[in-house]
Amino acid sequence: MRRPGRGAWPYLFLTPAIVLFTLFLAVPIAYTVYLAMHRTRVSGLGLGKGARREVFVGFDNFAAALADAELWQGWLRVLGYGALVLVVMLGLALLFALLLDSARVRLARFSRIAIFLPYAVPGVAATLLWGFLYLPSLSPLKAVLDVDYLGATTVTYSMANVAVWGGTGFNMLVLYTALRAIPRDLYEAARLDGASEVQIALRVKIPMLTPAIVLTTVFSIIATIQVFTEPTALRPLTNTISSTWSPLMKVYRDAFVTGDLYSAAATSIVIAAISLFLSFGFLRVVRDRAFREG
Amino acid sequence: MRANRLGAALAVALSVTCVSGALVSCGSGEPAGSPEAAPETAAPQGPVKLTYWAWAPNMDKIVKVWNAANPDIQVTVSKQAGGDDAAAKYLTAAKAGNPPDLVQAEYQHLPSFIAADAVADLKAETAPIKGEFSDGLWNLVTLGTDAVYGVPQDSGPMMLFYRKDLFDKYGIEVPETWQDYAEAARTVRKKDPKAYLGTFSSKDPGAFTGLAQQAGAQWWSISGESWKVNVADEPTRKVADYWGGLVKEGAIDDMPYFTPEWNKALNDGKLLTWPSAVWAPGVLSSNAPKAKGKWAVAPLPQWNAGENFSGFWGGSSTAVSARTPHKAAATKFATWLNTDQEAIDLLVKEAAIYPATTKAQSALGEAPAYFSNQPDFWQQAATVSAGARGFTFGPNVGVTYNAFKDGFDKALQDGTPFSAAVRAMQDVTVADMRKSGFQIAP
Repeated sequence: MRRPGRGAWPYLFLTPAIVLFTLFLAVPIAYTVYLAMHRTRVSGLGLGKGARREVFVGFDNFAAALADAELWQGWLRVLGYGALVLVVMLGLALLFALLLDSARVRLARFSRIAIFLPYAVPGVAATLLWGFLYLPSLSPLKAVLDVDYLGATTVTYSMANVAVWGGTGFNMLVLYTALRAIPRDLYEAARLDGASEVQIALRVKIPMLTPAIVLTTVFSIIATIQVFTEPTALRPLTNTISSTWSPLMKVYRDAFVTGDLYSAAATSIVIAAISLFLSFGFLRVVRDRAFREG
Repeated sequence: MRANRLGAALAVALSVTCVSGALVSCGSGEPAGSPEAAPETAAPQGPVKLTYWAWAPNMDKIVKVWNAANPDIQVTVSKQAGGDDAAAKYLTAAKAGNPPDLVQAEYQHLPSFIAADAVADLKAETAPIKGEFSDGLWNLVTLGTDAVYGVPQDSGPMMLFYRKDLFDKYGIEVPETWQDYAEAARTVRKKDPKAYLGTFSSKDPGAFTGLAQQAGAQWWSISGESWKVNVADEPTRKVADYWGGLVKEGAIDDMPYFTPEWNKALNDGKLLTWPSAVWAPGVLSSNAPKAKGKWAVAPLPQWNAGENFSGFWGGSSTAVSARTPHKAAATKFATWLNTDQEAIDLLVKEAAIYPATTKAQSALGEAPAYFSNQPDFWQQAATVSAGARGFTFGPNVGVTYNAFKDGFDKALQDGTPFSAAVRAMQDVTVADMRKSGFQIAP
């Protein structure tokens, strides 16, 4: 028996990856595309055997998804929410990372874990926890600031708060790790030149951190576009979150509440396209600045 | 039966991974038993194994009794989250080709199951037990057609649950008409500005459906080969505007049912009534344990004095999957579960349901523990049940119910008329049916 030739070896090693990729990524995506181009058609009452069949409809579902005003309003809501989360969460993460990295901080290890800990709380649990704090008759927060935390406008801030609470720790850790990798002699040189701690942070640390900041921003953009857990878990508690509050919620509603897998497939492809566009667009804008030396 | 909302939210969130991946990754896997599998007449290989999706509490205990007596048909219960989520899950599983053999199907979801060709016609197998159920309930599993798509299990006739102690304290009579109810609502606001007589929940289309049924609504009906859809009919608009008016003038509250806030209001005596169904004692005892013995039950207020109508909130049947290779065995179990005296006694005792069979409804003994102060609880239920009227549910109730939630959420938020939300429900329902190609009568 001949052993496989030299040329076959790489493929042999690649096989597990290719099989897994095909089974769990390529096939589902292909099936989603297939679903997105079909629709069921029923005849008469639509009851009993054979009353329902699947027909090819081309790009009809995509056209319907793109023409759906509710979906675009969902995008607008998510954009506002995302801008809020992105700025506050990444700003706090950067601030905490810089503080923890500074030489004079006390209880650094404890603070690091304390800030990171909320990230370990599952999103649903975190949202329900905050949900109880927001409910008017139960809320202890009401004594601090007497507003309706689940009102038509405030609900966006309340949800952003949950995301910031849960996400800051992770992003801080990424930035902090990147900070620790910066050679210490750079700071020494800056100090010899007479730079203060603040100046070192602004002029040395942040520029050196740019690749990590870009990375966390891209991750956060993708995460906020896909926001689902917070509004879905808060929805039973308030009248202010509709079933199509975010684009992904609309996909969920179409697929599992109103039983229209075909529209859901088309909408999820539209969402994927938009997130790709936004993340790559952002990368393009900042690439030259961030990765010049790389 | 209603599962806790937060539990449902958790279940939803658990399936997030499915959505954000690709739609299909949730429903992969080979069918448990393909339809072309060997017919049952072939020599049986050991006992028939059936899976049963249900969410009624303690169903596993009841099934244990069956399994002990029927070694050749072994049933395994898989506990579900309940309500709309369970229906969505079953439809997805059926579409993916691996549904359970048996499923607890709420009456309003059964037409969606039928339209998706997910449940079997049990006409021949159930012919002997047809007489054990009232025509109204039987109609809910046949949709008025010749086929039979499930065995009725329980029903949820609606009644008015009220805080007897606080009614006495504030000098309020039990309202006999909805006009009385509105007056009582205003009185409560005057006596205790922090309390309400009731609340309108924009999260519970089932409750609203029941109230519309009481008023005589007929949202769907079948005439010949086409559907008649009339969600915004006159009785429904009347009910909607009645509640809309009360919310607008501040006579009743607008917080949703089954939230921590609602529990607190019930416990603290800040909510005096709950127009709910016969299964309410179970909910009250777990959500408002502090108020045990303080609640009482009366028939729903009527639209015209002297009438005796009610509607249904919830209630479910046991349906058999269209794909099961063991249809006969599954039907045998479903029949036992819902008509055998021993099984019904267990259903009442363990699962706390109000059984669908006529003979069982009249033979219920002791009142639920939470209502120990009301020994005639089941007699009341039987009386109410006799006057309860339902309607045929359409093939896209999920769409209609979702439109209810979004429409009434918006109406409460913007202060717009409730009848506009009802019209939106009608438009969304018809548009969805047209899109799929259902024949709709003008």
